Amino acid sequence: MDGELLARYEAIVGTDVIDQLKQLAHHLQAARVVHVNSTRYGGGVAEILHSMVPLMQALGLNVRWEVISGEEDFFKVTKSIHNALQGHPVEFTEASVRVYEENNRREYEKLKEILEEADFVFIHDPQPAFLITLCPQRKGKWVWRCHIDLSRPYRPVWRYLRNIVSNYDASIFSMPDFTQPLPHPQYIIPPSIDPLTEKNMELPSDEVEGVFERFNLDANKPLVLQISRFDRFKDPLGVIRAGLMAMKFIPFQLVYAGGGAADDPEGEIIYHEVLAAAKDHPDIHILYLPPEAHRTVNALQRAADVVLQKSIREGFGLTVTEALWKGKPVIGGDTGGIRIQVVNHHTGFLVHTPEGAALRIRYLLFYKEKRLEMGRKAHQFVKENFLITRHLRDYLSLMLALISGNGERIEVEARS
Amino acid sequence: MSEEKTPENAVSFAVKDCALVSISTGVKAYILAELLEHLREVEVGCLYYHFWARQLRPSFDHPEFHNDFAAWAHRDLHDWILAERLNLIAPHEFRNLEELREELINIIEERVDESGDLPWRKAAAPFYFVKSQIIVLDTGKRVKEPQQLVEIVPTLSQGSIFYHFIDARRRTPDRIDDFRAWFQAFSPQYDDLAAELAAIDPYFLTLTEIREQLSLVFRRYFGVSK
Repeated sequence: MDGELLARYEAIVGTDVIDQLKQLAHHLQAARVVHVNSTRYGGGVAEILHSMVPLMQALGLNVRWEVISGEEDFFKVTKSIHNALQGHPVEFTEASVRVYEENNRREYEKLKEILEEADFVFIHDPQPAFLITLCPQRKGKWVWRCHIDLSRPYRPVWRYLRNIVSNYDASIFSMPDFTQPLPHPQYIIPPSIDPLTEKNMELPSDEVEGVFERFNLDANKPLVLQISRFDRFKDPLGVIRAGLMAMKFIPFQLVYAGGGAADDPEGEIIYHEVLAAAKDHPDIHILYLPPEAHRTVNALQRAADVVLQKSIREGFGLTVTEALWKGKPVIGGDTGGIRIQVVNHHTGFLVHTPEGAALRIRYLLFYKEKRLEMGRKAHQFVKENFLITRHLRDYLSLMLALISGNGERIEVEARS
Repeated sequence: MSEEKTPENAVSFAVKDCALVSISTGVKAYILAELLEHLREVEVGCLYYHFWARQLRPSFDHPEFHNDFAAWAHRDLHDWILAERLNLIAPHEFRNLEELREELINIIEERVDESGDLPWRKAAAPFYFVKSQIIVLDTGKRVKEPQQLVEIVPTLSQGSIFYHFIDARRRTPDRIDDFRAWFQAFSPQYDDLAAELAAIDPYFLTLTEIREQLSLVFRRYFGVSK
C-alpha cells in the first residue's frame, strides 16, 4: 500500500474513512482491475481516473488504466453518439456504425489479453463500450460507467447502444434520474471532486487575494461568482440580469468566468451576447479562461463570497461541489445534480428565475453570519458525500457486491 | 447479530462496519396515483433504501423529512398534509418491511380519499424507486467490557455507527441499537446507561453527531474526561 498518498487523504477525510477503504480493499487484494476510456487528459472522466487509479493502487489493488485511441472520424462519431445520448438528434448512419466498431476492433487487439484476464473491467462512456462484444472469453465482471445524463436520449442511437451495453454485468449512473431501463443492475454512484488537485487544494492567501488585482476587481467589495462555460444551459444572461437586479439594493461585483468547449461553436456567440448584456457595467466582469486554468478557478472560488450556478439544465454540476467544498453557499438552478447538493437554507438556495437569484444574492450578502454558517455546512457536506474517497468506497462496495451475489445484505468475514 | 460468546462465556461485542450500494430499479412515479401503484409492487428493498439508508448515502444530513416519500410529497408534490403524515412514520416500529409498506399505503390512500385531484397532480420531479445492497464487514475488533466503548466509539466509521445504531433497530428483537442490546446481557448493571442511549434520537442527528453524542454519553457515564 502507498501509505504516503493515503496519509494525504487521511489528513483531510479522517482515519475512519481511510480505515474503511482499507477494510473494503482487503477483500479485493488479488483483483485485477482495468479502467478503459478514450482520453488521458481533459474532461471530467480523465480527471476522476487520474485520482481514482492511484488511490486504488495505493490500497493494494492491481489496477490498470487503458486509453483507446482513434482517428478523427472515430471521435466525430463518438461525439455524435455523446450528443445523441444527451438528447440531440444526430445523423447516425451505417458508416458511423462501421467506423465505431472497426476502431473498437483495432483497439481490442491491443488490449485483448488484459481484458480477458481482468477480474473487473470498467468501461467509461460509449467510446469503448463495444469492446465487450469482442471479448467472449472474458473471465471477470464488466461494468459500463455512464457519465452522461441518459434521461432523454435520441432514440435511434440509444437503441443501437443499448444492444451493446445490455451485455454488461452492471452499469453505473450518477443519479437515478439519468438511467434507462437495462437488463442488469444499474448502480447509482454520484461523481466526486479530489481535494488534492489544483482545482480544489488549499491555496496560499496571497494567491487567493491576488485575483482581485489580476482581474481588476475591488478587494473591498463582495464578490459573487459563476464559473461556467458560455452555454445557454448555464443561463449566463439570467446571471447578468440577476446581478443587475440585486445591485440596485446592495453593492457587490459579479464575475462570470468560463470558457467555451472546443467542440461548441455556439460558445463564442454566447460570450458576445453576455458581453453585450453586461453593458460595460463597472461591477460586472466577464472572464474568458483557458481550459487548464484550474488554479485560477480555485482562487476565484475561494475569493468569492457567494457562488452562483444558475443552470437551466445540468448534469451533476461538479462546479457546485467545488464551490461548496471551498465553504461558499451556492445559489443554484433547481435542476439535475444541483438539487441534491444545494439544500435551501443549509448549503445555499435553489432558484428558478433571475429574480429568485437576485433575492438570494441580496439575502446572502446582507446576512454575513448566515452566509458563513452555510459555508461551513457546505464544506462538511462535501467532505462527507462528494469527495473522491466516497466515490472510491462506492466502487469497492460495488465490486464486492458483484462477486457476492444479489442479496440485499452481504456479510463479509473479518480480515485474517 | 453483533454479539458472540467469548471462551470465558462472557458476551463480547463484535464491531462491524458497512457500506451501501444504491441500485436504480428503473421505476418512477410522476403522480401520487402512480406512486401508490408502484408501492404495492416494488421490492421491499426499496423501502429499506428510502426509509433507513438515507444517512448512509450521499444526501444532506439534516433532512427536514425522515424518509424519501415525505420529502417528495413536500418538495415535489407540494402536499404538506401528506408530507407531514408520512414524516411521522417510524420504520423501526414495524415488525418487517411488509408491515411498513402497508402503513405507507394506508396513509397515502387516506390522503387520496380526502383530496379529489391530488392523485393526478403532476409532481415537479418524479419519485425514483431505488433499492440498496448493504455490505457488512466484520472489522475483527471485539469489545469485552462496556467501558472500552469510551476508546472505541470515537474511532468508529460512519458505516459502523449506522450499522450499530440505526440498522440495528431493524435487526434486534427489541428493535433497539446494538449497544443497548449488548448491555441487556449485563442487566441490570448498565440499565441507566441504556436509558441515556435511548434518549438519543437518530432521526435528528447526522452520523457524525451520533458518534459525538455516543462518545459523550460513554465518557460521562464512565467518568472519563476528554
